[in-house]
Amino acid sequence: MASALFRRGELDERPYLKKGNGLNTLVFSLEICVTSILAGFLGALTGLGGGVVIVPVLCLLFKIDLHYAIGASLVSVIATSSGAAAAYVRDGYSNIRIGMFLEVATTLGALLGAYLVAKVSTDWIGVVFGAVLLYSAWASLRNRTTAPSNFHPDSLAVRLNLRGSYPVNGGKEDYVAEHVPAGFGIMFIAGTLSGLLGIGSGAVKVLAMDQAMKLPFKVSTTTSNFMIGVTAAASAGVYLSRGYILPELAMPVMLGVLVGSLAGSRVLVHAQVKALRLVFSAVIVALGAEMIFSGLTGRF
Amino acid sequence: MTPGADQRLEIAMGNMLRIGVTVAALVVLAGGILYLAQSGGPPPDYTHFHGAPAGSEHISGILAGVLKLDSKSLIESGILLLIATPIGRVLMGVVGFSLMKDRFYAAISAVVLAILLLSFVTKR
Repeated sequence: MASALFRRGELDERPYLKKGNGLNTLVFSLEICVTSILAGFLGALTGLGGGVVIVPVLCLLFKIDLHYAIGASLVSVIATSSGAAAAYVRDGYSNIRIGMFLEVATTLGALLGAYLVAKVSTDWIGVVFGAVLLYSAWASLRNRTTAPSNFHPDSLAVRLNLRGSYPVNGGKEDYVAEHVPAGFGIMFIAGTLSGLLGIGSGAVKVLAMDQAMKLPFKVSTTTSNFMIGVTAAASAGVYLSRGYILPELAMPVMLGVLVGSLAGSRVLVHAQVKALRLVFSAVIVALGAEMIFSGLTGRF
Repeated sequence: MTPGADQRLEIAMGNMLRIGVTVAALVVLAGGILYLAQSGGPPPDYTHFHGAPAGSEHISGILAGVLKLDSKSLIESGILLLIATPIGRVLMGVVGFSLMKDRFYAAISAVVLAILLLSFVTKR
């Protein structure tokens, strides 16, 4: 009873404002901002997104509580996804029907994931996060198979109008989705991971569209980007009401990741980044291993 | 349901996203500058989760803070604008597909919109 009253008193006084670690707020925010720029840059170059990088860095390096880290990350995910999607739209690769259809699965998953954050121990969330990092690093290095076969167009896909055409060498090439139920199921998992971990889970979304539904690679990546913001918005309401999103912490993270990913996507167009990608993937593997280790040893 | 109409809807959505993100980022930046200008001491303790601060979950509370030029409320209002941006895109899908007489995809968009709004009325 007494402890319950004490807790309520704490809530009203925003106790996280009181204790500091000796740093100046301005310096601290600048450090977070610069780190977020690097995370956004790395996320854009590897195609994994900034969230998957910034959460482990905030947790492991800055010792920030996992809830606050995923809250700040989720905000940055909405910003980068929407910013990038706006740029891709003109190229004519993304498919708004396929995107909207699969958003039914990802948003439902995101609600479940955001709900689970309060139910699952932070150590286990850390372990799951590490596993997703390892998978993402592997997925970003794997060779892409181009020109998937469309010899078995799904009758469900035809009925649902999950088809389109995309520009190839000046012409247009048609495609129809395959394995719609499998793609829809994987998208639900992608949404759940997004809501649980505060990330865009682009790697899993591309898995659903590229590998399961056999959509052309460019269509998968751009449509996935289009969907990430909507998916993240579905968990944002839950995050806000639970207090995972601290405005003064989300501010440098969101602005930093946004700037970094914009710069990263510029570089991606011009530079030969194969070697850079290898180095960054090694960093992501290291972060993933560290997250799993920290989770298993109960450090979150 | 012509490809031209699809492309137009996509471009309209893209423009909406660009404007939404730009405005949200500027509001967050303004709030951030104000926050840092007013801050002097050590940064808050973020190493432990303390639950929701009072007022942050109520939009009216945030708006009241913005009127008082409270830096955190300003940042929060920018974050709300940012969250509203993809929701606006889905709303645009409902309207756009309806105008294209694509009732199935207008309905799909409406379902996504309902799920999004559900996340804001669900309590914990």
